[in-house]
Amino acid sequence: MTSKKASKQTFESSLKRLEEIVEALEHGDVPLDEAVTLYEEGIRLSKECAEKLKATELRIRKLTKDINGQFELTELDEE
Amino acid sequence: MLFPISETEKNVLTVTELTRRIKQSLEQAYPRVYLQGEISNFRQHTSGHLYFTLKDEGAQISAVLWRSRAALLMFQPQDGMKVIARGSITVYPPRGNYQIDVDQLQPLGIGELQLAFERLKQQLAAEGLFDEAHKKPLPEYPERIGIITSETGAALQDMRSVLARRFPAVEVVLRPVQVQGVGAADDIAEAIEDMDRYGEVDVLIIGRGGGSLEDLWAFNEEKVARAIYASRIPTVSAVGHEIDFSIADFVADLRAPTPSAAAEMVVRDRADILDVLRNICYTMRANLEDRVQEGRGTVQTILNSYSFNRPFDMVRQYGQRVDELDRTLGTSFSHRLRLDLQRHQAVRDRLEALHPASVLKRGYSMVRKDGKIISSAHKLKEGDRATIQFYDGDVPTTVRK
Repeated sequence: MTSKKASKQTFESSLKRLEEIVEALEHGDVPLDEAVTLYEEGIRLSKECAEKLKATELRIRKLTKDINGQFELTELDEE
Repeated sequence: MLFPISETEKNVLTVTELTRRIKQSLEQAYPRVYLQGEISNFRQHTSGHLYFTLKDEGAQISAVLWRSRAALLMFQPQDGMKVIARGSITVYPPRGNYQIDVDQLQPLGIGELQLAFERLKQQLAAEGLFDEAHKKPLPEYPERIGIITSETGAALQDMRSVLARRFPAVEVVLRPVQVQGVGAADDIAEAIEDMDRYGEVDVLIIGRGGGSLEDLWAFNEEKVARAIYASRIPTVSAVGHEIDFSIADFVADLRAPTPSAAAEMVVRDRADILDVLRNICYTMRANLEDRVQEGRGTVQTILNSYSFNRPFDMVRQYGQRVDELDRTLGTSFSHRLRLDLQRHQAVRDRLEALHPASVLKRGYSMVRKDGKIISSAHKLKEGDRATIQFYDGDVPTTVRK
């Protein structure tokens, strides 16, 4: 569950961070070494995002409740 | 005047016996009838049983609908409503009357359902359930999508194929429900509450494929509307076809004309996002090139005034880092991006051209005295010993005036 939360932050916040980086680079008051550092971070983030988009299979699971009313996710039976 | 007892004696019946016979023949004759009429004298007993009269211009009949059946009604019966009742005729001997024991009751025609629909819509609108201010924005990049629909319906397949095509990186959490028939509204309302308590989905789609107004009715039920309103998860309704509007549509944060359209609305196309990423990379690179150009100017200034070695190291470091970036990029980006990389390589080549050795190769030379670079003619006087450095070696020399 925590890993899901972490990955959830990655995609949306990665894109947000990328926009910030572009913004910072565009404003021109960033020294060169900092610009290169930002660029490195940007390339890494955009690579991560692109990687996520490579998924080819849609994952689908079913929400069920056990006898105690606790939620469980089970794989969907494929017909 | 008296009947002749002798003739009638053997044919005399008790009231009970007669009623028993009437009961038997009536109940055998009408075990199941469909009866059309208008409701009057409608009353709901505290026990939950419903009592009313069905009538037309010429006659009327008492009707009863037991609590267990009443709970399954999909509308609220009212006086004046025209209905079709299904049931059996029963006789109640203690009162000597007969009635229809209704097991199913439905409004006569679409008109009555529409009426019930309009009535609920007005009521919920007045309560503010449809207010724009209450509507939640959909997340831009949901990672988990909750779907409430039939596990076996076409709607689920439609949504799956759209999601798989547009953005397969998402995960779908399905809460299967019965989407029509008795108990469907309860099931759907409970599913919405479950999803809300589960809390791990970013957006919720509730819906089903097309069908008759009766088939779609569960989505017009008050309990479903209230569950959607109470849910903290942004909700998209996708009930039936374009032309079908349900109460759920009005309460939901967004209405989709079909389940497929709902899937389109909740995720962006990954091709579009890849375009965004490419744009970002392109802009970053273009900006970095500007910075490198600026750096080049700075290096030039330093070259003119100071030892070359330090700035050269800096340039080489940056070149090295760009090299590393090239490697990390690998093949994960488009051809276009690779072209950008080549352009960047060209910039780096130009920077390397500033290497002092390169400058010397182009025909320049350096003069040193006591190991220090002499950058001005005024610093040398007659008789000074100096060294001229060419790209391929040094030549000692003496200043002659």
